[in-house]
Amino acid sequence: MASITLDNVGKVYPGGTRAIGDVNMDIADGEFIVLVGPSGCGKSTLLRMVAGLESITDGTVKIGDRVVNEVEPADRDIAMVFQNYALYPHMTVRQNLEYGLKNRRTPRDEIARRVEEAAGILQIGQYLDRKPRALSGGQRQRVAMGRAIVREPAAFLFDEPLSNLDAKLRVTMRLEIKDLQRRLRTTSLYVTHDQLEAMTLADRLVVLNMGRVEQIGTPLEVYRKPASTFVAGFIGSPAMNLISSRAVPHLPGSAHAGLLGIRPEDLVVDPAGAIELKITAVEELGAQRLVHGLVGGEDFTVTMPSDAALGDSLTLSVPAQALHRFDKESGLRLD
Amino acid sequence: MIENRPFLNILAHLVLIFGVALVALPVWVAFVASTHTATDFSSGTIPMWPGPHLVENYSRMLDAGVSTSGTPPVGQMMVNSLIMALAIAIGKIIISILSAFAIVYFRFPLRNLAFWCIFVTLMLPVEVRIVPTFKVVADLGLLNSYAGLSIPLIASATATFLFRQVFLTMPDELVEAARIDGAGPMKFFRDILLPLSRTNIAALFVILFIYGWNQYLWPLLVTTDSGYYTIVAGIKRMADAVDGLPQWHLVMATAVMAMLPPVLVVVLMQKLFVKGLVETEK
Repeated sequence: MASITLDNVGKVYPGGTRAIGDVNMDIADGEFIVLVGPSGCGKSTLLRMVAGLESITDGTVKIGDRVVNEVEPADRDIAMVFQNYALYPHMTVRQNLEYGLKNRRTPRDEIARRVEEAAGILQIGQYLDRKPRALSGGQRQRVAMGRAIVREPAAFLFDEPLSNLDAKLRVTMRLEIKDLQRRLRTTSLYVTHDQLEAMTLADRLVVLNMGRVEQIGTPLEVYRKPASTFVAGFIGSPAMNLISSRAVPHLPGSAHAGLLGIRPEDLVVDPAGAIELKITAVEELGAQRLVHGLVGGEDFTVTMPSDAALGDSLTLSVPAQALHRFDKESGLRLD
Repeated sequence: MIENRPFLNILAHLVLIFGVALVALPVWVAFVASTHTATDFSSGTIPMWPGPHLVENYSRMLDAGVSTSGTPPVGQMMVNSLIMALAIAIGKIIISILSAFAIVYFRFPLRNLAFWCIFVTLMLPVEVRIVPTFKVVADLGLLNSYAGLSIPLIASATATFLFRQVFLTMPDELVEAARIDGAGPMKFFRDILLPLSRTNIAALFVILFIYGWNQYLWPLLVTTDSGYYTIVAGIKRMADAVDGLPQWHLVMATAVMAMLPPVLVVVLMQKLFVKGLVETEK
């Protein structure tokens, strides 16, 4: 177990492309950190730099008290779970679990003990003598996690481990990962593009965009106080409405002439409200419905209870504390 | 295409039967010839059914050979061929799997140049470079030796290329997982790459063994000592009988025996061979 510290970490590819710029992050011992962002934002690259699979061109990465920039992945005391599991296809589940320990010359009875323990935790005891190809996706995922657990590493690194599973299994495995991490108290770094996964798993979220950190904070902090329009649009589903203050001239607080952010779920129907929505489309979700339309000529979405009566337009209001203000040029949060 | 028309079935079978007959007939004639005496075949009509001299002809070839053509007994030539074919097949596999490993998994200067150099040798088979190769082998004193028979044929662009393709299909995550598991390059090669290319190695072995066994021109050139004659080149020498008719019945008996080891290799390794060619799941 250990903390992980990233100090001005950056990466420039030999061609001159900058993949990661100036990332600073302190991960406490036992903390579950989720790196989230759209594809191509550099979140996997950053994780692989911590793992030692990508070189670090600027700054330092510390695991515990040790700078690991030049340390081989095997000697960094980390374990990684890959998106496509990366199980050795010709080895049985047991051999897959044992392989890393054998390479470390762990005593045989110690290996057996750890494999039994991991198999117990993950309930894969009855599959130990099968080959990975005879397992389902969820079982393979467990074996991949088992391979990380038996190492008893300082940190787990997860690279989109649930992306290859179907939606239902993803929810179950998500809960299991969270539960597992809570029990083992191992520092974890988890990469995903799915904001729901990020919100539910993280102790703290790191939102990345174009190789830079947009915001670091607990899921609720990030949801309630997005630091930029990018975070505002990325975290939360359906996404936050971002409109220029000119579109809603009568709304209190719209005078600052920047961008306003309003979450679709914060809006209430109010005949005296300042937001006039022309409905263009309605999406039925069962528990609620998404009402899409135009406010002052700009796209806008509201969530409504599914039994609400809808005409051609809605008049809405928003509580002052649910209004987010952003600078038009930089996209940064004001206040 | 799923169609079920009796006429098409019959036609397909006729075509296949015709194909089999076309291939099998010469083999049958060779076998029949090897069971008769020499005179039966020089009489003008070719017998189509086996004669009574099978045991006699075969045992003669195995024990003594044909003294007039200067070839040793078939048994010894078979051993020579076997050594050459195995050396070529195994040597080619070892050299090419290692060079493919280097080319795919290591970043070294002039890597692409190295690959293309290997690739270009595809255009330079032994037949093209036979005079300089002979000169090199002769200067090294390798004429009339197993080394001289096999080493010049070992370098192989095709096999290197095949293994390169196999390695390129291995997911990168496998390499990374192995690195995190603490496996160094050679350990990764031995523990993961070799077992995963098992079927490809087997398929390649079958092809290369037959390639080595059937070598004709090169053994004919570099062996003058009858103790190193290989069987395929030996058949040619027997058929070239000086002062007299070729002993066709004995030549055919030798040919039939020469066919057996490659057939055996194919039959025994058929399962792996097919798997190696069609299997894609990694």
